Amino acid sequence: MRTTSIRRCAGALSAAAAALLLSAGPAAADTASPSPSPSESLAPVTTAGSSFLTATAVQPGQPVQLAGSTGDYLYWSFTAEAGQTDKIAITVTLPPTSSRHGASNWAVDVFDGLRRRQACTAGAQTPTAAADAASVTLGCTLRQVRAWAEPWSGDPLPGTYYVRLAVTGLPEQDLGLPMQVAMRITTHDSDDIQPEGGELKASLTQPVTAGTVLTSAPPVVAEEKKDTGWNWDWLPDLSARWAWTAIGGAIAAVTGVGGYSLTRHPRRRISNPDGFNRLSPTTRQDHPVNIT
Amino acid sequence: MIFRRRPAAALLGTLAALSLLGVPPAHADETTPTEPPKVELVLDISGSMRARDIEGHSRISVLQQSFNDVLDALPAEAQVGIRVLGATYPGNVKAVGCKDTQQLVPIGPIDKLEAKTAVATLRPTGFTPVGLALRAAARDLGTGETTRRIVLITDGEDTCAPPDPCEVARELAAQGTHLVVDTLGLTLNDKVRRQLTCIASATGGTYTAVTSKTQLTNRINQLVDRAATTYTQTPAQVDGTDNCTGAPLLNPGAYTDREQFQEHRWYRVPVRDGQELRASVSVSLDRALNRDYGVLLRAVSQDGRELVRGTDAGSGRTDVLSTGLRWSAEQDAPDQTVCLVVSNSFSSPTATSAATPGMPLELTVGVVDSSPAPNGPDLGRGWGLLGLLALAGLVGGLLFGWLARWRVSIWRAN
Repeated sequence: MRTTSIRRCAGALSAAAAALLLSAGPAAADTASPSPSPSESLAPVTTAGSSFLTATAVQPGQPVQLAGSTGDYLYWSFTAEAGQTDKIAITVTLPPTSSRHGASNWAVDVFDGLRRRQACTAGAQTPTAAADAASVTLGCTLRQVRAWAEPWSGDPLPGTYYVRLAVTGLPEQDLGLPMQVAMRITTHDSDDIQPEGGELKASLTQPVTAGTVLTSAPPVVAEEKKDTGWNWDWLPDLSARWAWTAIGGAIAAVTGVGGYSLTRHPRRRISNPDGFNRLSPTTRQDHPVNIT
Repeated sequence: MIFRRRPAAALLGTLAALSLLGVPPAHADETTPTEPPKVELVLDISGSMRARDIEGHSRISVLQQSFNDVLDALPAEAQVGIRVLGATYPGNVKAVGCKDTQQLVPIGPIDKLEAKTAVATLRPTGFTPVGLALRAAARDLGTGETTRRIVLITDGEDTCAPPDPCEVARELAAQGTHLVVDTLGLTLNDKVRRQLTCIASATGGTYTAVTSKTQLTNRINQLVDRAATTYTQTPAQVDGTDNCTGAPLLNPGAYTDREQFQEHRWYRVPVRDGQELRASVSVSLDRALNRDYGVLLRAVSQDGRELVRGTDAGSGRTDVLSTGLRWSAEQDAPDQTVCLVVSNSFSSPTATSAATPGMPLELTVGVVDSSPAPNGPDLGRGWGLLGLLALAGLVGGLLFGWLARWRVSIWRAN
């Protein structure tokens, strides 16, 4: 008798667990799978800019393939969203060994929308190509883009990112020789956005159009009074936290009932039909027998 | 159901956002310039072009063949001009030979057939007045709002200095005419390479050592294309001052200025309540410098208090050194004007190395809505939370159950 009751309890628990898994399932899949990379449909980029302002826009997954000269500074830009972790992979096919005079140092630098240097958490950011190497591989994995950061911090934020590829050291005679560059940016998305509820009002993208110099301070425009009516701002945003909290509450209720039922004396639970276990296992087992 | 549908919606939203934001910088297409891109190709037709050292062909023939392909590939709207140097004077008098530069094809919509014929009939002749040709090319391109590109193709060092071509390039770049000189060397000679890399770095251009005809064709095409796609990105000229009070007041946008070694340049930006100031600065390394260097951008309040700083330092070969900053006032602060000051720790290896004009400085200013700190989360998430709640429920149930049993037993006893 006691075993049946426990089994019922376990059944309720497993049902709750199943419900939890079902609801958590898609979210987990979302986190695990890399972002949809429609690289097949994206046309390859064959250009690169020569400065921040002229950087060529590239989308994650879009292949970049171009011919350049050693010594060129090549700039690309891409847009990153909060929760995203971007990885840059570059392969430089070096000029023929016969025309080179020694080893060369290469560097891939990544800057955010405010041209602040961004750290790479992994990857060969500044490799050295040996004098007889045919190619050199560079890589940079950025930190996860945060949804919000204090103005004084240098954390990666949503907005434009600039990638600069350059040779930082080489025998002077090797400047200007032909090279081939292949680059690809891959993105890993996560729905675990830090900090929770943080939001940058305007993404980190600086204006590229010519500015104008003011002759005097602009007059202060009287601000419109904000609508003081009823609003729902106090309610937390619709997020996965609602699901976690609600399911947690349900589990708490189930385990609460389970805990309560454990304190009942086994015999009294059966003999007392008015007690907590109104539908006792014995009556349930008798019922189908009556029908047949 | 709601929770299962949500990730799909989020995914769609992200995709839509990505497709919208896929082409940064977002502000690029706000204004359409009325002026078409302008490029002038400067060709060296000096006597040394007869040398047969590019894949067994003479330099001039490689150049001419390559030009046929380039002209064929030229987009219809391109405004391209051609200037030659050392093409007409066969004598030995340096004074005359060093003035030998003519515009072969004026800048404008190009007549491809005519241009091809003009280039094909060129014969290697005279001196190499590169500096003079650069000045003349800059004159041909004129002044305007958009970036002008000169593509200099030469095989010999300047035989007519002074003026030193590199000095000329720096001087032209400093005139605020947005001039970029890309150089192509038809020889691997050390002196030529040094001169051409100097010209290129002084103007933010590139240097290529030509080793084959295909490479030459592709490179010229690439440079002409680059002029066509990037000519709109020209910042406004501004002159920073040496203190905050008289500094120019800047609207959001991109600006360019010049800064000498150890100089401080001040600018001002009005920032209203609830706004955030964003600024970034790049200093171009357009000359030979000592190995280590740095740049510092500070935001300072009108009473001289430092608000925030951005800094970057480096060493070795690079094109620009840049940094940026964000700053927003605390809630309900009065409107104020923030001063920006750019300073540097560049130095020259030689005392004689030209300190003026200063190094090119690019400043972008943005003023956007400030982003207040997020509140702490009101709800929980994660497996730990579920475990905790389950445990809490279990303990609660047990307590409640024992309490109930205890009460029943007391009631029975009575």
